[in-house]
Amino acid sequence: MSGPGQTRAARRRDFWKRFHQTKALYLFIIPGILFYAIFKYYPIYGSQIAFRDYSPYLGFWNSEWVGLANFQRFFSSPDFLKIIQNTLVINLTALVIGFPFPILLALMLNQVTNQRFKKTVQTITYAPYFISTVVMVGMLYTMLSPYSGVINVIIKKLGGEAVFFMGNKSMYVPIYVLSGVWQTSGWSAVVYIAALSGVSEELHEAATVDGAGRLRRIWHIDLPGITPTIVTMLILTAGQMLSIGFEKSNLMQNAINIDVAEVISTYTYKRGLINGDFSYASAVELFQSAINFGILVAVNKLSQKLNETSLW
Amino acid sequence: MFRRKSRGDAIFDIANHALLFLMVLVVLYPLYFSFIASFSNPQAIYQGRVIFLPADITFSGYQKIFSNDSIWRSYGNSILYTAVGTCFNLIFTIPLAFALSRKELPLCGLYMKLATFTMYFYGGIIPLYFVVKNLKLLDSMWALIWPTVIATYNMIIARSFFLGNIPEDLKEAAFLDGCGYIRFFFSIALPLSKSLIAVMALFYGARHWNGYFEALIYMNSETKFPLQLILRTILIDSQASLAMTEDATTVADKQQLVDLLKYGCVIVSSVPMLIVYPFVQKHFVKGVMIGAVKG
Repeated sequence: MSGPGQTRAARRRDFWKRFHQTKALYLFIIPGILFYAIFKYYPIYGSQIAFRDYSPYLGFWNSEWVGLANFQRFFSSPDFLKIIQNTLVINLTALVIGFPFPILLALMLNQVTNQRFKKTVQTITYAPYFISTVVMVGMLYTMLSPYSGVINVIIKKLGGEAVFFMGNKSMYVPIYVLSGVWQTSGWSAVVYIAALSGVSEELHEAATVDGAGRLRRIWHIDLPGITPTIVTMLILTAGQMLSIGFEKSNLMQNAINIDVAEVISTYTYKRGLINGDFSYASAVELFQSAINFGILVAVNKLSQKLNETSLW
Repeated sequence: MFRRKSRGDAIFDIANHALLFLMVLVVLYPLYFSFIASFSNPQAIYQGRVIFLPADITFSGYQKIFSNDSIWRSYGNSILYTAVGTCFNLIFTIPLAFALSRKELPLCGLYMKLATFTMYFYGGIIPLYFVVKNLKLLDSMWALIWPTVIATYNMIIARSFFLGNIPEDLKEAAFLDGCGYIRFFFSIALPLSKSLIAVMALFYGARHWNGYFEALIYMNSETKFPLQLILRTILIDSQASLAMTEDATTVADKQQLVDLLKYGCVIVSSVPMLIVYPFVQKHFVKGVMIGAVKG
């Protein structure tokens, strides 16, 4: 037992005793430690290439130290504002439109008493999560095609003009966000459904006796009940404010929409892995990671103060 | 118990069910449409005759797919990468999660903090690329396996599962019977974790089957490409898919064959997930919910 009254030596003895008792567990832990060291922490250490001028002759660790030059190059490039703007526009739109959707779905599902219907809806709505991004974007291209796509066939049938959805710059963000809602809402709802199962049944019964209708009970009991989960998810989303996945952006980009579609992940891929400007690309990524982490810590602190929900 | 519903509640119920039903339709329709379009004559699609039911049935798209070597080769590659990759994922993730769920493990909190930190802060793809390159993994299956062998999010879910599902009494009883951690894990904890294993296998399996980014940056030889990378060229790059239809005579014929090919690819590539998903999804509640509550 470790307690505040123990001496340092006793604590140390206790530590080594526990270490000795649990040493078999290290068989399970050492592979994990190796993985995190090699593929997570070593790259973090290696991201110092962002402060060097990578030269293939001098090698990764011996390239000349240039301080913040790569960052300055990024900040003063015309790409900088464009990419940050694109990223924020997509992520904020997704936050406003996409974030409430799974909550709504979970609240609605929670009101369904027929277990079979509930299960069926749940199973179907989270199935798209398991469809690959390539297939999903492929379906977008075919179904939204101006000539042969079913959406335009229906529009034309109803007497409208065909729309070239994927070749229209202003459609890019709505298509990106809505297809994301389609693909991930059911999946994201799982967390809220789990949280709702923990909301007290007694509160609901008491409110029903008092004559509260369904909507009032959702608003006054269910929603407050899952607020900590909502806040947690909001903090996590905020911590990804500068990140947009590579795969979907890469597939949806074309010459027409690249102005609004270029984001950090696709930009670093092109500048770094395609053009070989490794130091520059790494600086851009490090900037992204640092800002994301900063936002996460700040939002988490804020949330801790405001409503005592925190990630750690 | 039988309780009379108020009128407001009855209206709510109807609206709620109707809306949910509508959502199900919106989710299913693109998949259903791709399915019926994959064997309907594209001409019928353009004329708007394929909206709810297939029309002028043709299998030329599927014929094209089945006779295409690169699709089959990549299909085989993807099955191999997914099977081997998922096994490694499970071997690395589940014992680690179990060990970290043991509160008596010294430095347990520190290990968790170090793992969680990597979810929020990462060195980026450039240094990781150099690690993979220096380990001589480029252009091999292992480049798709080692760098993602543990997904921290999954590991945390698995750990929460063990925390919530393996009672402390059970461990104490087993240890009194002379069980050590290793035996306890293999003969008691693991058999109690079938749902968890099923769900983890689905998460990791779907990632291997569906992803293409790792293959795009680490693989050079086309013979080693996974399915998604081949699909990427067929579904997204129209020039590439037009090239596959060189035997069609006119441009319009070609375009029609391309459409059929694309819808067919959507279906063919989704078959494994469609087969596995119904078996695994029943484990979701037990396997994920527990982990999900804690985030």
